[in-house]
Amino acid sequence: MLIPHPLLGLRDAQEFTYLGDAALLDRPSPEGEGAEAAFCDYVFLRGNPAGVHRELWFHEHGDRSWLVVTRNTLTHEILGAELASEVAKALRGAAE
Amino acid sequence: MHFSGLRVIKEALTGHRGWKPLWRDPEPKPAYDFVIVGGGGHGLATAFYLAKTFGQAKVAVLEKGWLGSGNIGRNTTIIRSNYLLPGNEPFYEFSMKLWETLEQETNFNSMVSQRGIINLYHSDAQRDAYRRRGNAMLLAGADAQLLGPEELRARLPYLNFDNARFPIKGGLLQARAGTARHDGVAWGYARGADMRGVDILQNCEVTGFRIEGGAVRGVETTRGYIGAGKVGVAVAGSSSRVMQMAGMRLPIESHVLQAFVSEGLKPLIDTVITFGAGHFYISQSDKGGLVFGGDIDGYNSYAQRGNLPVVEDVAEGGMALMPMIGRARLLRSWGGIMDMSMDGSPIIDATPVDGLYLNAGWCYGGFKATPASGYAFAHLLATGRPHETARAYRLDRFARGHLIDEKGAGAQPNLH
Repeated sequence: MLIPHPLLGLRDAQEFTYLGDAALLDRPSPEGEGAEAAFCDYVFLRGNPAGVHRELWFHEHGDRSWLVVTRNTLTHEILGAELASEVAKALRGAAE
Repeated sequence: MHFSGLRVIKEALTGHRGWKPLWRDPEPKPAYDFVIVGGGGHGLATAFYLAKTFGQAKVAVLEKGWLGSGNIGRNTTIIRSNYLLPGNEPFYEFSMKLWETLEQETNFNSMVSQRGIINLYHSDAQRDAYRRRGNAMLLAGADAQLLGPEELRARLPYLNFDNARFPIKGGLLQARAGTARHDGVAWGYARGADMRGVDILQNCEVTGFRIEGGAVRGVETTRGYIGAGKVGVAVAGSSSRVMQMAGMRLPIESHVLQAFVSEGLKPLIDTVITFGAGHFYISQSDKGGLVFGGDIDGYNSYAQRGNLPVVEDVAEGGMALMPMIGRARLLRSWGGIMDMSMDGSPIIDATPVDGLYLNAGWCYGGFKATPASGYAFAHLLATGRPHETARAYRLDRFARGHLIDEKGAGAQPNLH
């Protein structure tokens, strides 16, 4: 698989390590009621879709940036890649 | 139709005209007491033990494709019970004991071959860990023997003992472990279940659950609605997809695991060998092919095929372990979809929906567990209580903090 790195162009997936669902960027608040249950869901439960999946890849043997890669889990087709820092900023912006 | 040596001779003398299909191809009935979703090894074994051991007659197995088309036909056929933790070892030893009588139980040749398994160790620390594991196995009634370098050299002279980076110091032997013919296991259970009245419905994909008042009433399928007293889901690889239809999110990621077979060679490897310094394991099939595999590819996948980096990784493991196989040509490789649970251990439990039960999360160790998984799931479905060896495999253990981290290597925390 070749991952279209937003800064470096097409890079072999072998240069990356994989973390999983990009929903992990949206960490629940540790405060308030229901925080324990929310964290349990966050740590252990996964959507695990068959089809389009947004997921975190770390460019370990490259520029050490985190990417959000959109990929089809049925075909391994890669549909796009963004810098995870940009995605996280947008998430925070939407929350505020 | 009973299989026996006498029957084989009789059929040989009469032109093999007396053999019949091993199971019926029935039309779905409107309702069953038990509906098992998934006609793979675990689902068929569940139906078999429900019918045979627990005396249940109205049972159906629903399979979306053809019987045994998933991971029961895609594994590397190893059976063993060399686990460490108290939540695991009694269960896998129970499975090993069921393997030992499987062919008598099902009257079907599943080619169970107790050729042993040797887990190699490469350092003093690893030897100590294997000694502890062996002791845990002995305490659970399994067999284990720690082999030193001389015993191992006499038995497997072709290993790369003096590898500069990963010298081989010895191994942990389980002599009762071995291999079985994977398709034969599925066919034996299917035939045994069918003979006892279980309806095996192929090309019958579940498209939804009918849940009323928090209890399951039946399943919608591509062959119409089927009512059910209890529904057991045994679809490892696709558990998240199926349980999503019941509104559940699981502690599971689906990953692809590749396996390989070489061209047929003369008898060479008379046991199962696992490399302790990388992820590589190998045995030789009765047809002569070297059957081997390694790690999962490491990203979510439902594609049933992997990529080349892992092929390279597996080949490197093999070459580090036994350079003699470098000239063997690869015949086939394939991929299967694994339910990677978050602690690397399976789930056999009831769900929050009344009457809906789940058998899932087998990671890449489901084949060896087939008999015990079926037995324990049948026990749970028939009695409502977990089997004594499967009590730790609870769905809510993640929330309660009772993980079974045998290797600490589920989908997380990235220890592959």
